[in-house]
Amino acid sequence: MRVGLFVTCLGDTLFPEAPKAVVRVLERLGHEVEFPSAQTCCGQLHQNSGYHDEALALAARFERIFERFDAVVSPSSSCVGTIRELRPALAPRVFEFSEFLVSHLGVEDVGASFPHRVTFHPTCHSLRVTKVGEGPLRLLRAVRGLDLVELPEAGECCGFGGTFAVKNAETSTAMLADKCQAVISTGAEICTAVDGSCLMQIAGGLSRRRSGIRTMHLAEILAS
Amino acid sequence: MTSFPDAARVALGDTQLRHNLRNATATIRDKRARVVAEVPDWEELRNAGQAIKADVMQRLDEYLLQFEASVQAAGGLVHWARDAAEANAIVLDVARSHGATEVVKVKSLTTDEIELNDALAAGGVHAIETDFAELILQLDGDWSSHILVPAIHRNRSEIRDLFLRTIAVGKDLSDDPHELAETARVYLREKFLNAKVGVSGANFGVAETGTVVVVESEGNGRMCTTLPPVLVTVVGIEKLVPTFADLEVFLQLLPRSSTGERMNPYTSLWTGVAEGDGPQEFHVVLLDNGRTRVLADRVGRQALHCIRCSACLNVCPVYSRTGGHAYGSVYPGPIGAILTPQLVGVENAKSLPYASTLCGACYEVCPVKIDIPAVLLHLRAEVVRKVGSTPERVVMRGLARVFGHARLYQWAQRCARVVQRPARRLPGPLATWTRTRDLKPVPKETFREWWSRERGA
Repeated sequence: MRVGLFVTCLGDTLFPEAPKAVVRVLERLGHEVEFPSAQTCCGQLHQNSGYHDEALALAARFERIFERFDAVVSPSSSCVGTIRELRPALAPRVFEFSEFLVSHLGVEDVGASFPHRVTFHPTCHSLRVTKVGEGPLRLLRAVRGLDLVELPEAGECCGFGGTFAVKNAETSTAMLADKCQAVISTGAEICTAVDGSCLMQIAGGLSRRRSGIRTMHLAEILAS
Repeated sequence: MTSFPDAARVALGDTQLRHNLRNATATIRDKRARVVAEVPDWEELRNAGQAIKADVMQRLDEYLLQFEASVQAAGGLVHWARDAAEANAIVLDVARSHGATEVVKVKSLTTDEIELNDALAAGGVHAIETDFAELILQLDGDWSSHILVPAIHRNRSEIRDLFLRTIAVGKDLSDDPHELAETARVYLREKFLNAKVGVSGANFGVAETGTVVVVESEGNGRMCTTLPPVLVTVVGIEKLVPTFADLEVFLQLLPRSSTGERMNPYTSLWTGVAEGDGPQEFHVVLLDNGRTRVLADRVGRQALHCIRCSACLNVCPVYSRTGGHAYGSVYPGPIGAILTPQLVGVENAKSLPYASTLCGACYEVCPVKIDIPAVLLHLRAEVVRKVGSTPERVVMRGLARVFGHARLYQWAQRCARVVQRPARRLPGPLATWTRTRDLKPVPKETFREWWSRERGA
């Protein structure tokens, strides 16, 4: 099976530890991962902001780069959702990372050990667009030493929403405030999720509150 | 229309209001989730609701003529109104022809949309809202902030003070809900008994039979549609269903989705005029007011499927922080964000399609499966098309070029690293990000640099 890694533009530039962790976990499980260097963005930014033609062109470019793979894996449910919608022919071969592990490879225990108290924020697109379901929780439960604590009002949006965070900054901040409060109330050391963009928002709020709670992408925990 | 971010600021700054909203929406949301889970064929009902509405939109021209003929055959009178002004003039004419100076009204979004009360007042006719919450808002000159619970932004001590100023001057009144309700009841009962004309909207109109349906929970609607000798019902043309049997689907979907009730308390159905029973003169005003324009849009037309349950408001993380007034229309929340721009033109409501994080909670609960996120994206594209050149468009076009070429993209990554020092503040419009959030510095090495270092390209 040829596995192509789509790291996403944000993952490549702002949180490279997440895609690095994806590589480590997949290689640990015996898969060879390729990184086609022509990759840039899936088109989500343009698609969600109303620039449909630009989004279609970027998604078509994505397909040209990734069509030679049997599976395309990405540490972002929202980017996967965008590609599935804009390139239906490629859709069955594009996977969010946890989904690839649990649903496609049938793996729940990746041999990780992470002795910390962790809470999981199910991002909106992982819940309602790519529908990864319980996968991430099953993966976390199989991590040695990990103390998984439930997040209150977990399914509620963190307030990121791409350009929403800038266009509707005050509303986004109000949503983030409630999300941070929920995370802090769990007493967790780490808040994790399957989307780096939402984690960037939550991390920004937790840091501003001097909460001492860190955010980590699910892949980083599974690579530990 | 004030832009959404500006209008939202008022509510966001009011911590008491935000607290009230969060509590109220969470309560209805949980109640809805409980009663929906009880129905084993809920998904099938949603599919049926969606299919019936899609069929109505496909053949609306036929159903409207059928409905007109059915109402006329049952002794009712049918009027057609292209816009608000025409509809208002028709209602005013009916009221005046009976010498009415007061009419009693059932809570109705459609008549709010056309601002019927103001038009009647200008013609010397006072419209009295008889729904408890609508009455509160009317007495205070305020307007609705929620489709179903219009005074969700008010608490009971505010209501007591309002009543003492208006309908219970000099009375001894506490903020006990029963006492408040009794005060309204005494005031309204007299209005019901004296009114010559009642005015309502409609939840459904049945093409096959000409039957009109009003769904409400206080009994005031039943009073308005049975006691006055003359009744005028204003119906949006999208409210039709083909057959009487179709009501079976919607009368299950609606109460569970809206109030979280298993069954609706007062469901009034009437067909034309019945001698010696109820109003002896019945008018239906079929209202377009932008709806045919919405119908012409293949993606956007599903907004017309809405049965006004308000489940999307209660689950919306944006609505539950900003409340309804920020949406600048009688249709707040996610449904308002897709309906209003289509009714008034996106160029007149261009911030509304962006008043969402696209979290998808609304689509998940919608009883007729309106894909609100998809329509929001569709309308955003329309805003971009119609609203000429903006700095954002220049940036977006530039970014599309950068993302189109891996070399340009890598160059941009290096720029980002140089420009952004361990920044406390981002430049330009991005400064709104760092105002309330910290941002980690851009890592020294991108993923692709790591990959090429580790794996040799």
